[in-house]
Amino acid sequence: MTEPLKIAMPKGRIFEEAVELLRRAGFSLPPEFDDSRKLIVDAPEADMRFILAKPMDVPTYVEHGVADIGVAGKDTMLEEERDVHEVLDLGISPCYMAVAGLPGFEKTDVNPKVASKYPNLAARYFKEQGEQVEIIKLNGSIELAPLVGLADRIVDIVSSGRTLKENGLVELETIVSITSRLIVNPVSYRLKDSRIDEIAARLAEVIEEDVR
Amino acid sequence: MTQPFMFEKPLGMRDTLPAYYQTKRSVADRLESEIGSWGYLPIETPALEYYDTVGRASAILDQQLFKLLDQQGHTLVLRPDMTAPIARVAASSLKEQSFPIRLSYHTNVFRAQQREGGRPAEFEQMGVELVGDSTASADGEVIALMAAALKEAGLEDFQVAVGHIGYVNALLFDVLGDEEPVDNLRRFLYEKNHVGFGQHVKSLGLPKEEENRLLGLLQLRGGAEKLDEADALVHNGEAGRALENLRQIREVLECYGVEQHVTFDFNLVLHMSYYTGVVFEGYGSRLGFPLAGGGRYDELLGKFERPGRATGFGIRLDLLVEALGLTGEKPAQTCILFSREQRSEAVEEARRQRGLGKRVVLQDKAGVENVEQLQSSFSEWIDLNKAAKEDEGR
Repeated sequence: MTEPLKIAMPKGRIFEEAVELLRRAGFSLPPEFDDSRKLIVDAPEADMRFILAKPMDVPTYVEHGVADIGVAGKDTMLEEERDVHEVLDLGISPCYMAVAGLPGFEKTDVNPKVASKYPNLAARYFKEQGEQVEIIKLNGSIELAPLVGLADRIVDIVSSGRTLKENGLVELETIVSITSRLIVNPVSYRLKDSRIDEIAARLAEVIEEDVR
Repeated sequence: MTQPFMFEKPLGMRDTLPAYYQTKRSVADRLESEIGSWGYLPIETPALEYYDTVGRASAILDQQLFKLLDQQGHTLVLRPDMTAPIARVAASSLKEQSFPIRLSYHTNVFRAQQREGGRPAEFEQMGVELVGDSTASADGEVIALMAAALKEAGLEDFQVAVGHIGYVNALLFDVLGDEEPVDNLRRFLYEKNHVGFGQHVKSLGLPKEEENRLLGLLQLRGGAEKLDEADALVHNGEAGRALENLRQIREVLECYGVEQHVTFDFNLVLHMSYYTGVVFEGYGSRLGFPLAGGGRYDELLGKFERPGRATGFGIRLDLLVEALGLTGEKPAQTCILFSREQRSEAVEEARRQRGLGKRVVLQDKAGVENVEQLQSSFSEWIDLNKAAKEDEGR
């Protein structure tokens, strides 16, 4: 009797898309499981155990090895810089990271401030651009910051651009495109390689089909 | 900065209480006796070294070093590992001793503090360095010894992944022919970012076959058959030498009978520049972090002005204890409780029992706060008062 493979999943939209991918890859997952409020959900037929976490926390569970594999947005991977293997681009939840601000934004001599939910990523990006900025960490509704004068720019995820538009902000620079990734704990990557490789290969096939 | 509470320790620092100490000690003893039986001689070096020597030469990243200033204004580091100090010793105090030199260590090393739990800033490491021997027998010996030591410590379900940086470099250079793109791709492997590796390869605009050779590297993970697959990907001198080295290492591991614990993984890049040949990492099934690792570092000794080839490994004792699933157990102890008039009798009895190899506490009854609580922490309890009363009763 082996123990089930532990999979950390972000709650919400990515979860549904990832479950859909797994089902299409031929893993039999319980039908009711999408609207369950439980934090740990077993899928005995597929010999899997799902751990439902906040999206930003998925790489943490995987790095510490309490989950063998996980599904994490590239945004959280860039922000958290966890020591995990990033083995497959799942292609789901595509969006991108961008700098936005009020229309007609111009750099001034005043200490520039940038608000973001991704302080590490934002700091690294501006450093690479050779610009020194001060970062203000927010936990959500980032668009508020330039509107109320907390910061002159923001760094945030953009998918359709609607939120920016509705709040009268414009995109200034694109930083990096984002999709969800299959990530693997370095120990599980070696000790459970055959199972994990199989999952990755089957998912890769499904993703390939979508591209064609 | 707020004033720390009196009970607080600096971030990342840990106390070792008796029960855990005992457990850790017994694991360390087993490792030490295995390592000692292979003829490696233990040495100690100072906790502080110069940043400009050991600090810079070490494989540990600059931001992970604990730095401080001495009174002369030199920057010092708390030793971040033992490989660089041992290289320093091999090149100085032991410079008259001819190669090869086999040394071992068991000591605390330091890494600059990290906010998150589970990452101590000071931990015990045990390991060996085999200095001045370039043979595959030496490479195989340190891997076999690491496996033997882990086994001796009681770890059953473990794996060692073995890679070769010489092969990785040979393949990347063979396809790309230039230092910069090689460096970029190697960094993706170092960061374990296979998606980024694949995307970068595709962005280079290489012919399809060349692309596939690079992507093939990601598949080189498994048993001995991967050596042949690796051979098919690149034909040049350096790759050939790396694979020949690995084949011989595999033979050595078979001789020692530890090959079932070993898999090959050509994606294993433990450091951007430090290692020069075989690299390896050890994993236990109950722990999410690698608990041991090492490899060949032929350039390090040159930095201390005694060029020499060397290989070695280090085991994280804290992680090994965790992987063994041990939480700590106090040793069995006997307590002899006495009152003043029985003191000499008590001392005599204690001496007798200690002579039998027991751990004996002698306790004056008048000094005890709570007899019942004290009694519960001992496996054997001798109350001389009671014994005396019972004698009278008879």
